[in-house]
Amino acid sequence: MAEIKDKKHKREPLFHLVKRDDMKWWAAWLIRIAAILIGFFLVCFISMALTKESLSSIIETMYRGVFGRIEMGSTKMMWRYFQKTAILLCLSIAVTPAFKMKFWNCGAEGQALAGGLAAMICMIELGNVLPYPLLLLVIVLSSIVAGAVWGVIPAIFKAQYNTNETLFTLMMNYVATQIVKYYLYIKGGGSNKINPVAEGNLPVIANNEYMLNVIIVLVLTLLVFIYLKYSKHGYEISVVGESQNTARYIGINVKKVFIRTMILSGALCGIAGMLLVAGTDHSIDTNTVGGQGFTAIMVSWLGQFNPLVMIIMSALVVFLNLGSAKVADSCYLNSSYADIAVGIVILLVVGCEFFIRYQIKFRSTKKEVHV
Amino acid sequence: MAKSAAIELKNITKTFGKVVANKNVSLTAYRGEILSILGENGSGKTTLMNMISGIYFPDEGQILVDGQEAVIASPKDAFKYKIGMIHQHFKLVDVFTAAENIVLGIEEGKYNLKESISKIREICDKYGFDLDPEKKIYTMSVSEKQTVEIVKVLYRGADILILDEPTAVLTPQEIQKLFAVLRRMREAGKSIIIITHKLNEVMELSDRVAVLRKGEYIGSVNTAETSESQLTEMMVGEKISLNINRSEPKDPKDRLIVENLECVNRMGVKVLSNVSFTAKSGEILGIAGIAGSGQRELLEAIAGLQKINSGDINYINPKTDVVENLKDKTPRQIRDLGVRLSFVPEDRLGMGLVANMDITDNMMLRSYKKGKSFLLQRKEPKNLAEKIIEDLSVVTPGVSTPVRQLSGGNIQKILVGREIAASPKLLMVAYPVRGLDINSSYTIFNLLNEQKERGVAVIFVGEDLDALIELCDRIMVIGSGRITGIVDGRTATKEELGVLMTKSVNESEVSNNG
Repeated sequence: MAEIKDKKHKREPLFHLVKRDDMKWWAAWLIRIAAILIGFFLVCFISMALTKESLSSIIETMYRGVFGRIEMGSTKMMWRYFQKTAILLCLSIAVTPAFKMKFWNCGAEGQALAGGLAAMICMIELGNVLPYPLLLLVIVLSSIVAGAVWGVIPAIFKAQYNTNETLFTLMMNYVATQIVKYYLYIKGGGSNKINPVAEGNLPVIANNEYMLNVIIVLVLTLLVFIYLKYSKHGYEISVVGESQNTARYIGINVKKVFIRTMILSGALCGIAGMLLVAGTDHSIDTNTVGGQGFTAIMVSWLGQFNPLVMIIMSALVVFLNLGSAKVADSCYLNSSYADIAVGIVILLVVGCEFFIRYQIKFRSTKKEVHV
Repeated sequence: MAKSAAIELKNITKTFGKVVANKNVSLTAYRGEILSILGENGSGKTTLMNMISGIYFPDEGQILVDGQEAVIASPKDAFKYKIGMIHQHFKLVDVFTAAENIVLGIEEGKYNLKESISKIREICDKYGFDLDPEKKIYTMSVSEKQTVEIVKVLYRGADILILDEPTAVLTPQEIQKLFAVLRRMREAGKSIIIITHKLNEVMELSDRVAVLRKGEYIGSVNTAETSESQLTEMMVGEKISLNINRSEPKDPKDRLIVENLECVNRMGVKVLSNVSFTAKSGEILGIAGIAGSGQRELLEAIAGLQKINSGDINYINPKTDVVENLKDKTPRQIRDLGVRLSFVPEDRLGMGLVANMDITDNMMLRSYKKGKSFLLQRKEPKNLAEKIIEDLSVVTPGVSTPVRQLSGGNIQKILVGREIAASPKLLMVAYPVRGLDINSSYTIFNLLNEQKERGVAVIFVGEDLDALIELCDRIMVIGSGRITGIVDGRTATKEELGVLMTKSVNESEVSNNG
C-alpha cells in the first residue's frame, strides 16, 4: 500500500492550479492595471528596439499621434480621438447585451453598415424633400430599424432552427458590404464613390462637429448600463446567458429574449452607423465601419460586459492604435505595427485574467524528500 | 472455484472532498465469468470501476491483475493490462465510421483501415456481433453504437470488460442479443463485469454478484445460490431509524390528479407511460425508484417543462375548486392560471438557481416580474434573502455572495427557502437532501413537514429509502417510466420498495391502489 502511495506522489507535477473565488475587486483591478502598464511599456521597448529612439521620444510621438499639439491650442486631434473612441464604444455597448446572453453577435460591422446605409439613403433621397428636423428624425429612425433588422434575422433563425449565430452574423456582414458596394455603383456614377452630402448632417454643437456624437454615445452607454443591471429585461438576459434551463424553469421565453435583445443590439449598431455617416463622414463606403465592429467584440470582453468599464477600454484601444500608428509613420515602420502593438497589450490584459481566476501552487518540497 | 483471478481489488478507498465514494472495497473477478456489481444509486459502483479503468486513482488500496500488482493511472495503462470499459455515455465521433472510431487513438502500427476492417469483421464473426464497420456513427441506433464501443475495446485486446449499465438504453430484444454476445465472450475466457441495478438481469446473466452499499462492499454470492429477495436485502440494508416527525394528514383533498401520462424524451425514447396518481393536500407523497426511471420527466411534465404525448394533469385550485388542466402549458401560463406550484429541481445550480448570481438575484427568479415598473425591485428579494439566511441559518458572507460559492447544504436551503416563500399549494422536491449532511437534511425534512401541516400537497422524490419510509404518507414506486406500486408509508418496508423498484417492465402490469 505504501508503495502505491509513493508512485502517486511521483506523478504530482511541479505546480498545479487552484481556482479561486475570493479575490477582492480592487486586487483584481490592480492586476489589470499592472497588465496594461506592462503591456504599454513592452510596446515602448519594442518600438525603441526597432527605431533606436529613446523611451521619452517614443512616448511623446505616441502622445502627439493621439492628442496632436494641444499646447499650441489645437484640439482637433484630441476630438478626433474622442470621436473614434465614441464610435468604438457605441459598437461595444451594442454587442454587449447579446454577449451577456451568450449570443455571439459578430455582426456589429454589418449591422452598423446597414444603419449607415439607411442614413445615407435618407440623406440623398430625402435631403431636399423634408424639413431639417423631420429629416433628422427619419434618418435616426431608419438607421435604427435597418440595424435592428440586420441583427434580428440571425436571432430569428437561432430561435426557430437553432442555427449558429456566430457564422450567421458573420455572413450578414458580407451581405451588408455587398449591398453598400452595389449602392455605390448605382449612385457613384463610375467612380464608385459618393461625395460628402451636405443635407441631413447631424447638428454641430459648441462649434465642434464631434461633440454631439460623443455626448450621444455617453448617454447611450449609461442607458445600456442601467438596462443591463437594473431592468427586468437585463435580468432576463443574464438568466438566459447563465443557464437556459433555469430560464425555462422560471418561465422566461428564451426565444423572445433572443429576438428582443438582438433587436436592441442591432439598433445600437445602427445608431453607430448613423453617427459615422450623418455625424462624421457625410458619405459612405464599404470601409466606413473599418473593422471596428470586430474590435468592439474584444472591447466588450475586456470590459467584462460592463458598459462603464468599456469607456476606459475603448479609450485605451484607440489610444494604442493611433499612437503606435504615429510611431510607425514617423519612423517608417510597417503599417501593421499599430495592430501588433494593440495585440501585445490585449494579450497581456486578457492573460492577466488567468491570474485573477487561478492561483498557482507549487509542489511542496516535503514530498520531494519522500520520493 | 478452479478459475484464476483476473482482477483483484484490495482495500480500495476513494474520497472526493468529504464524500467517501468507496471505503475499503475488496473484490475479485475471475477469468471466464460474468460478475455483476449491484447497488443503489450512489453506492459507488461506477467510481470503483472507474478506478479499474484508469479514470480515477485510488486513494488507498491495491489493484492486482493476474496476481500482479498494477498501477493504473490512465485509460492507457488500463489497456496495457487488457482492461476495457464501456461507459454509459458513448464516447464516439459522430461523423466517423465504426471502423474509424475503433482504430482512433491507437498509436502502434500503421494506419491501415482495410486491414483494420477485416480484423473488426473477424471479431464480429467470432462473438456474433451485428456490425457494419463502414457505417457512420450518426446513422446508428443506440444499440449499434454500444456494439461499436464493445468491439473497440475488444479490438484493443481487452480481456477484462467492464460495462456500465449496458442495458439502460436498450430494448428487451436488444438486451437479449447483448446477453448472447456476453455469454459467448465468457466462453472465450474473458472476464466480464457489468454494473447494474436490475435484479432480473443479474439473475439471468451473471455467474456471481457483488453488492455495494453506500460505498462499502457488502459481499459476493453465486447467482445460482441466491434469490432476488436476498439480493434486495443486501442492496438496501437494515432499516435505520431517522426519527422524523410524521403527523396524520389533516383533511386530505385531491390537489393534483395525473391520468395516463405518457412522455417521450429528446432522443425519442418513451420515458413515462401510463402514469396515473393523485397527490392530496396535507400529505407527503413520496416517489421512489432507481434514478432515471422517469422521476425527473414526471416532475418536469407537471411543471410545464417536459412535452407530454398524451394524458392529463389536473390541478384543483383549493380556493375556487376550479380544475385546471396543466397539459401543454408553459411554466408562465401555469403561474398565470393561479396554480401555486413550487418546484425544487434535482439540478440545483443548473436549473433551480443561477450559480453566478448572488443570493438576492436568485431570490428574484420567481418574482422579478412583479409590478409594472420597467426596472427591477431588489428591496423585497433582499429582505427575503436576509430572512431565509436568518431562518434557515444559511452560512454565507452576505446576501451579495454568488450562490456557487456556498456549500451544497446552504445552496439547497436557499432554493427550498425561495420555493416555500412563494407559499405554494403544491410543492415538488427532487432529491432535496442529496449530498447534504445530517443537520441540513433535517432542516429540509422539517420544512417539508411544516408545509404538509399547512395543507400543501408535497411530492417528494427521494433515493434514500429510509427517509422516504419515515417521512412520507404514501410512497409511489416508479420503474422504467411506469408506476409499479403505491404503498402506505407507515407500513412499507425497504424490501417491499426494493422489489417494486427493480420490477422489470413486463411484470409491471400496474398494481395501482392509490
